[in-house]
Amino acid sequence: MSLDNKKVKEIAYLARLNIEDSEIEQSTAELNNILKLMDKLGEIDTGDAQPMAHPLKMSQRLREDNVTEEDLSEEFQAIAPKTGKGHFLVPTVIE
Amino acid sequence: MTWETVIGLEIHSQLKTKSKIFSGASTSFGSKANTQACAVDLGFPGVLPVLNQEAVKMALRFGLSVNATINKNSIFARKNYFYPDLPKGYQISQFEIPIVGNGAIDITLDSGENKMVGITRAHLEEDAGKSIHDLYDDYTAIDLNRAGTPLLEIVSEPDMSSAQEAVAYAKKIHSLVQYIDICDGNMQEGSFRCDANVSVRKKGDKLGTRAELKNINSFKFLEKAINLEVDRQIDILEEGGSVIQETRLYDSIKNETRSMRSKEEANDYRYFPDPDLLPVAISDELLIEIKKELPELPTEKKLRFVEKLELSSYDAEVLTSQKEVADYFEIMINQEVDAKLSANWVMGELSAALNKNQLEISDSPISANELSKLLSRITDNTISGKIAKDVFKLMWDGNGTVDEIIEKQGLKQVTDSSAIESIIDDVIANNPDQVQQYKDGNSKLLGFFVGQVMKASQGKANPKQVNEILNEKLS
Repeated sequence: MSLDNKKVKEIAYLARLNIEDSEIEQSTAELNNILKLMDKLGEIDTGDAQPMAHPLKMSQRLREDNVTEEDLSEEFQAIAPKTGKGHFLVPTVIE
Repeated sequence: MTWETVIGLEIHSQLKTKSKIFSGASTSFGSKANTQACAVDLGFPGVLPVLNQEAVKMALRFGLSVNATINKNSIFARKNYFYPDLPKGYQISQFEIPIVGNGAIDITLDSGENKMVGITRAHLEEDAGKSIHDLYDDYTAIDLNRAGTPLLEIVSEPDMSSAQEAVAYAKKIHSLVQYIDICDGNMQEGSFRCDANVSVRKKGDKLGTRAELKNINSFKFLEKAINLEVDRQIDILEEGGSVIQETRLYDSIKNETRSMRSKEEANDYRYFPDPDLLPVAISDELLIEIKKELPELPTEKKLRFVEKLELSSYDAEVLTSQKEVADYFEIMINQEVDAKLSANWVMGELSAALNKNQLEISDSPISANELSKLLSRITDNTISGKIAKDVFKLMWDGNGTVDEIIEKQGLKQVTDSSAIESIIDDVIANNPDQVQQYKDGNSKLLGFFVGQVMKASQGKANPKQVNEILNEKLS
C-alpha cells in the first residue's frame, strides 16, 4: 500500500495538521516508507494468533459509581482563552 | 412503481449512573454550565479514564433482556473527529468488539401482529458536551457538563419497513430501558435520542443508498421525519436521480429534513483501540448475578396478564407498554379489584382524563389505591358504574375520598326493591301511551322506561333491579 500527495493532504486535514504544499512531497515519501514497514509486518502469517487490543495482559479495572469530583469550574475557566457566563467561548461553529 | 422502505434505528440512551462513565463528576441534569466537568471530561493531558462499573452492569442488563450475545472481552476505541464540544478530539466508544452483540426484540404492530426486530449491537460510549449557537453573535458557547455522561448506543438491524414500525420499535426500547431501570427515557432532556437510517428500493432489489436522520426528539417527529424522507427519496428516484449517502437534520418547525452539508471526508473517524483502557472482562458470575436481578420484562408481564388475569392481548399490551401504567394497574389488582374492570377504567376514564390534562400517570391526582376503592364500590353495589364516573370526576377535582363523596352527595345506590317499585309505578302511571305500545309488541321501549326510572332516581337505582322489576310489571 502507498499514498499519493492528495491522500496525504486529506489525512492532514482530518488530523488538522497544517502541511505546506512545499512539504507535501517529503511527507508523502516519509509516510510511504513507514507503510513499507507495515507491509513487511503483513507478510507474517497471523492466522492462528488471537487479536490483541492492548499490550498489557490485564483487564480493565472498574470504579464504583460515586461522585468524587468537586466543582473546579472557576479554575478551569481562568485558563481558558475566552469565557462568558460560565461557558467556554469558541469561534462560531456554522452547522 | 411500488417502493419498499427499509429503516434501521440507532438509539442513544443515557444511562442512569450517578457519575460519568470515565470520571467521578456528577451526571445530574440542569446544573450551572461547566460545574460538572472535571479534568477527565475536559480532556486535560495526563488524566486517565477509569470505567464506571455501574455503566457496564446497565449495558449487561440491556443485553440480557434482549437475549443478546455478551462479549466477554469488549474493547474501547477512539472515534476521532474535531468539534468544540468534544475537548479530546476523540470520543471514547466501542467499535470492533462492543459489549453487547446480536439480540432481538418483539414488537407489536398496529394490526396486532408481532414482528421480530434484530438488534445488531449495543455499545458503551461517552456523550459529548453541548454547543449553544444562539447565545452570542460572534461565538459558540460550550457547556461540557454532559461530556462523559454514559451512553448505550443500541443499533437495530434494518428490519423495519415503515415509519409506524420504526416508532413501535423505538417505543418498545424506550419502555424496556425504563423497565430495567437503566435510563429515565426523558426525550425532552435528550436522555433518549433516536437516529434513523432510511432507504428505499424497488421490491426485491438490493438495499438502496441510505440517509441518516438526526435531531429527532419525540416519537411523533420520528414518524414525520421518516415519512418525509421516504417521500423525498422516492421523488428523486422516480425523476431518475440518485440518493446520496448523507446525514440530514430534521427541522420540526419547518417539518422538513435538510442536508448537514458535511464534507465527504468528515465521516472517516479513524477508529483505533484506546490505549488508556484495557479490555473489559465480563465474568460468568457477574452475568448470573445480573440475570437474577432483572425485573419481570414487559413481554413476560404481558403474557402473565393474558394467562393469569385473562385480559385480552390488546389490553395486556396497552397496560404493559409503559412501566408506570403497569405499576399503577398492579397496585389496583393487588387490592383484589376485578382485573377486567380495573383494565377498563385505567384504559378508559383514567387515561382519557390524563390525556385531556396532559398528565402522565405518575402525576395522576387519583392514586391507584383510591381508584381501586372506587371500583370496589361498584362491585359491592354501593354505586352504579354510571354514578362511579361522576364520583371519579369529583375525586379528580379534589373533592375528597370515594366514601366521603358518595356520602356527601347522597349517591348511594338504591337497592331497596320497594323504593324502586314505587318509582316504577309512577313512571308507568305517567306514560300510559308508551305502556300500550310496549304491550303491543314494541319491545324497544323497555330502554325508554329504564331511562325514565334512572332519571327519576337521579341515577341511583340499581339498574339490574330496575330491569327485573320493569319486566315483571310490564308483562
